[in-house]
Amino acid sequence: MTETIGTQTGSTRAVRGLSREGIAERLARDLRDGFVVNLGVGIPLLIPRFIPVGAEVILHAENGVLGLGPAPPPGSEDPDLTDAGKQPATLVSGAAIVDSAMSFAIVRGGHLDVSVLGALQVSRHGDLANWYVPGKNPAVGGAMDLVAGAREVWVVMEHLDRDGRPKIVEECTFPLTGRRVVTRVYTDLAVFHLADGRLRLTECAPGVSPEAVRERTAARYTEDLGPASSPV
Amino acid sequence: MIDKFREDALSVLEAVPSGASLAVGGFGSSGRPDTLLDALCDLGRRDLHLIVNNVGSDFTGVGRMLAEGRIRRLTASFPVLPEFYDEYFAGKVELELIPQGTLAERLRAGGSGIPAFYTPSGAGTMLSDGTFPLGYSADGTVADRMPERETRDFGGRQHVLEYGIVADFGLVRAHQGDRKGNLRFHLSARNFNPLAGMSGRRVFAEVQHLLEPDELHPDDIHLPGVFVDDVLLASGTSPKQPTIARFAP
Repeated sequence: MTETIGTQTGSTRAVRGLSREGIAERLARDLRDGFVVNLGVGIPLLIPRFIPVGAEVILHAENGVLGLGPAPPPGSEDPDLTDAGKQPATLVSGAAIVDSAMSFAIVRGGHLDVSVLGALQVSRHGDLANWYVPGKNPAVGGAMDLVAGAREVWVVMEHLDRDGRPKIVEECTFPLTGRRVVTRVYTDLAVFHLADGRLRLTECAPGVSPEAVRERTAARYTEDLGPASSPV
Repeated sequence: MIDKFREDALSVLEAVPSGASLAVGGFGSSGRPDTLLDALCDLGRRDLHLIVNNVGSDFTGVGRMLAEGRIRRLTASFPVLPEFYDEYFAGKVELELIPQGTLAERLRAGGSGIPAFYTPSGAGTMLSDGTFPLGYSADGTVADRMPERETRDFGGRQHVLEYGIVADFGLVRAHQGDRKGNLRFHLSARNFNPLAGMSGRRVFAEVQHLLEPDELHPDDIHLPGVFVDDVLLASGTSPKQPTIARFAP
């Protein structure tokens, strides 16, 4: 296995990767029966509809809900039951309510299997920046606790930012949420795994070549593509 | 005989002076003690240090306090309200930004006799390295920064030292409360309320339903009356204010 340097040539050749729903669906395939998972805002909130049939995944919301269900039908909202985005919520069978200290004991104590979050940048060592763009309004919520405490931290994001710049980088330039915390990255173009401070490309999205990923990644990584995930 | 129920919120909240620190329950408007917050506004209290997870998204509750210029410092994880940031960057209110789990644990620790604890949350970030602006001057420069946290390695990982919070007062909203001060919350409106109740030296609880002793089963009490000093009835609504209207200095 050789180390690849993402060339970040800013290729203008068009590449069509997964839609936002497609990224959510791809990540959902890796959620296992019995997992306890926290979903951040953005693409992560698209994931529940794609959880494989037969897999019971317990959703945690940091405001103290274990066993979060879908949004209630109009007219049956309860102001005393919301998700972490303060939207009306429901509970699934077997749910539990806890206070905020217990909620973060669950997070920090390693009782969450996976925290799924969006990102501004991920570094090749697994540093995550996702809470603050300097000059904008700072707010952190539970992000720093989630990345510090969950057993796995899966980032789900577009491969490039709005200006076409790579979001997988050697070192984050935005303020960090946590150091060496990310274990997987799911984008519209690829799936990366991180372990022992090393970044590995394990999968390209259908129709996306390893070269296309290289051109749009600004970090060193190794290519470890299985035959099943070869580009079409 | 112990009876912590009080009819008149205003006369009870007279005990809160301007300048006090207040640990406040709620997550957004869910479980937020708006009756108590409104009473403090009606009493004209100012220069308050609010310890609350977020401001909310409108000018009710904590948002009303902000709109009326009553907050000197906010200790929070997710302020949200854009007008809050206008005040922050204008140097009119300080922001101590704390990871949400750290904030919850600081309140719990303060009420538990634990002066400080180590946590991995926020290690190696702006919220622990002494760079985050606590407040700005009127000319837009940084006036003060949040203090750098002491750090220590446990198991090869960096952790930061965070202090327990003992607030002058705790403001709590509960679904049910009895005359002994025993409280029971409803669904996710529980959130920070038990912790605000632990952190405050004197704690006011507004309840949606006042119960007689023994109506709450001892097994079903989420925060026992030992933490609660005064029980008041929650009122239905809180006034909305459309714009920031600060008091004259």
